[in-house]
Amino acid sequence: MSLAYPFGADAIGRNIKNWFARTGGEQLTMLSVVFLLAVLLLPIMAIVWLSLSPAENIWPHLWANVLPSAIADTIYLMVGVGAITLIVGTGTAWLVTMYQFPGRNIVDWLLVLPLAMPTYIIAFCYVELFDYSGNLQSGLRALFGWQSARDYWFPQIRSTEGAIFVMSFVLYPYVYLSARASFLQQSICVLEVARTLGHSSWGVFRAVALPLARPALMAGVALGLMECLNDIGAVEYLGVNSLTIAVYTTWLDRSNLGGASQLASVMLIFVILLFTVERLARGRQKYHHTTGRYQPIPYVELGGVRGWLATIACTLPFLLGVALPAVVLLDGVFRFGRSSLDAALLWSVWHSFLIAGLAASIAVSLALYLSYGRRVLPNLFMRIATRLAGFGYAVPGTVLAVGLLIPLAAFDNSIDGFMRNSFGISTGLILSGTIFAVVLALAIRFMAVSVGAVEAGFDRISPNLDAAARTLGETSTSTLIRIHLPMLRPALGAAALLVFVDSMKELPATLLLRPFNFDTLATHVYGLASLDQFEEASLAAMLIVLIGLAPVLLLHRAIASGRVGGVSHERKPGIR
Amino acid sequence: MRGVELFFRKVKTAIAAIMFVTVMSGAAGAAGEVNIYSYRQPYLIEPLLNEFTKSTGIKVNIIFAKKGLIERMAAEGLNSPADVLLTTDIGRLTGAKAKGITGAVSGTEISKLIPAAYRDTEGHWFGLTRRARVVFASRDRVTENEISYEDLADTKWRGRICIRSGHHVYNIAMIASMIAHHGEAKTVKWLEGVKANLARKPSGNDRAQVKGVYSGECDLAIGNTYYMAKMMLNDKKPEQKKWAASVKMLFPNSGSRGSHVNISGMALAKHAPHRDNAIKLMTFLAGDKAQKIYASVNHEYPVRDNIKVSGLVAGWGKLKADPLSLNKLAGLRKRASEIVDQVGFNDGPGS
Repeated sequence: MSLAYPFGADAIGRNIKNWFARTGGEQLTMLSVVFLLAVLLLPIMAIVWLSLSPAENIWPHLWANVLPSAIADTIYLMVGVGAITLIVGTGTAWLVTMYQFPGRNIVDWLLVLPLAMPTYIIAFCYVELFDYSGNLQSGLRALFGWQSARDYWFPQIRSTEGAIFVMSFVLYPYVYLSARASFLQQSICVLEVARTLGHSSWGVFRAVALPLARPALMAGVALGLMECLNDIGAVEYLGVNSLTIAVYTTWLDRSNLGGASQLASVMLIFVILLFTVERLARGRQKYHHTTGRYQPIPYVELGGVRGWLATIACTLPFLLGVALPAVVLLDGVFRFGRSSLDAALLWSVWHSFLIAGLAASIAVSLALYLSYGRRVLPNLFMRIATRLAGFGYAVPGTVLAVGLLIPLAAFDNSIDGFMRNSFGISTGLILSGTIFAVVLALAIRFMAVSVGAVEAGFDRISPNLDAAARTLGETSTSTLIRIHLPMLRPALGAAALLVFVDSMKELPATLLLRPFNFDTLATHVYGLASLDQFEEASLAAMLIVLIGLAPVLLLHRAIASGRVGGVSHERKPGIR
Repeated sequence: MRGVELFFRKVKTAIAAIMFVTVMSGAAGAAGEVNIYSYRQPYLIEPLLNEFTKSTGIKVNIIFAKKGLIERMAAEGLNSPADVLLTTDIGRLTGAKAKGITGAVSGTEISKLIPAAYRDTEGHWFGLTRRARVVFASRDRVTENEISYEDLADTKWRGRICIRSGHHVYNIAMIASMIAHHGEAKTVKWLEGVKANLARKPSGNDRAQVKGVYSGECDLAIGNTYYMAKMMLNDKKPEQKKWAASVKMLFPNSGSRGSHVNISGMALAKHAPHRDNAIKLMTFLAGDKAQKIYASVNHEYPVRDNIKVSGLVAGWGKLKADPLSLNKLAGLRKRASEIVDQVGFNDGPGS
């Protein structure tokens, strides 16, 4: 493979260079990426294909009656969730990274947990608590003798604001995790220089740490926003008329899958624009560090009241995202725990572990391959490829699942047809209706999550390290193994954790693509919840959180030990 | 990192296990099985299927999902493992037929058992239960003991009605029945009137609407009858008994054309690999024993008139069902859904 390396903007010029000028290694890499991309984009290509044959032109109706308000609602939802997750995720990550305060080590992993909560369950819990008929308002009415809603004002949880609140406190961990990993890897030198030059600690955060973490923060926020776009459960329960609702009504109420696919495709363009704008705004700034000199960050001790304030600030998101809703669920667990604990539930636990573990390992491996490919061959094609790989996340879940099952079944049927014709044997469905289909769907869906985390990790590693390693005779593969992988540990850990937890709670694709008699915790919860028996689903819902906790604990150490401080420069003397 | 390595080692074992399971499940084409794709929750049909397995020895495999199973069957085509499709809502039954994934069942006992009004003329789908969409009225605050769907637009109910999303299949079918009886223009006006009478934005599920009446947020709730039974008998969550006790059930239009009913039903898969077993299952579901279970366990109305409803259901009074053709109803769903958008029903009152 070529050693010519991304030393600057001139590398981009290489795109135009013609294919035959590339080395065999480069060609091979790019071909493999094309193949990979073809698989990852299968569902989206199927959706685009479906959108070519709508049952009827949906646009006159949608423009006249739906889109103006649905677009406004969706943008409002995305802006709200984007802002809150950014502030909460970044703020808590900075506190945990830079300061020592009571309970710091505990909140570090507590802060990740809300991610394990399916949003529609949280929406249900908050309605139980804050609705007019809910515990809080009923209590207030009893206390003050109010007769009806006209006697007092109370924020309406069944609203777009309610949805912003609910989704923000489930999704902020995306920002928290990537911000934390980013802050951890920032060179202390940069921060110290800033201090020497007269910045206050707030000034360092604002002027140095924050801009340096920007790619990571944006990656985190983007994930939250895509989740806003594709969510159906929570928005439906809270009565928000988002674009995704319009996709489903077009498909199911009007039997127009083609039309629904058109709308979903347009939403994708929306996402592409969003990414492009962010990229353009970022311009040609570079975010990796120019020095390999790291020391453990000297925590600033926050004593007394300030320490406790930090504790409260970092506990609050956890309380809102997990603890408060869990009160509702725990009530159910205590009442129905025993009756709902059976062999079927244990099978669900195993199935959840299985598909989430597989999806996480596949998604992270592919993300590593793509991101490193982009690093070694930093051309336009590779940049677009890594970006495209993540688009599965912005598509409403069931639509993505339909988009995947169509090409999978077509593949199976054509092999079957060939085998029947040539050998008279039927091979039936090889991939459709197997765990493979589910895992593939999850990996495709959450590629954005893993690519984002892995890329952010690569961004922070100075290309000087690559150059040095290559000068010293390492190949691109051995550089990856000996130099990058150890440094990427926190990023890979975060990526695996995110995909695992997301896959655990993923519902629509798992539901539709699974084999016979195959339940995961998420489908188990859904089966009960869709019968309006949320309470009986409590135990399974809590199990999702508890199992989400396992990898959090497992990988937390990997993430937190991500300060490549102290030992690293002794191990790699040549790099300094 | 050791923990991580251990984790990956376990994953490797798991992969091997999957390969094995996958191969095995692929091979499971042996006799004595029947495969169901179900839009209905397994919990609801479990007692029925257990009974079926007990009496025939045929093992039942099931996949449940609320969206997309018809598309999955269509994609799997010739090789689809599905034998029987179970679903609620007439729209999905006619939709399955239109997609060409159903097979015709004729000359069997099934068509003798199920009344003509509740099955496809060519045998592509059969109704199993009827579900009436009714009004739950506050016992304290509503004096009326009769109501019609048309009345729901009356200004006297301003700010007093709770209902789930207008796009939900149950509501779409109800609105489609209004189009069938009154035409589009009148239905638009009617739905605008209902929207103006809403107490809150349409959201939540059917039970949540009754809870709204209980807590005083609204006086009328729209819902399906069997939810009433589920609340009344909810020993696990006794507060739901209080919700149920706070309302009386009014069968709309019982003095005129009758209350709107939708059905749940079944269809034979076109490429059913276990066709004989599928027919056996369908015959069983249409038979006395299964119909009684539907009535006594799920508290739905059996499609067959000669099967008694449960005592609880009988206590609510006699259901007079709107005789509107189900095929006609299904054909109007699209317009109903568009009208929901057109009047901005889901934006709630005062928008």
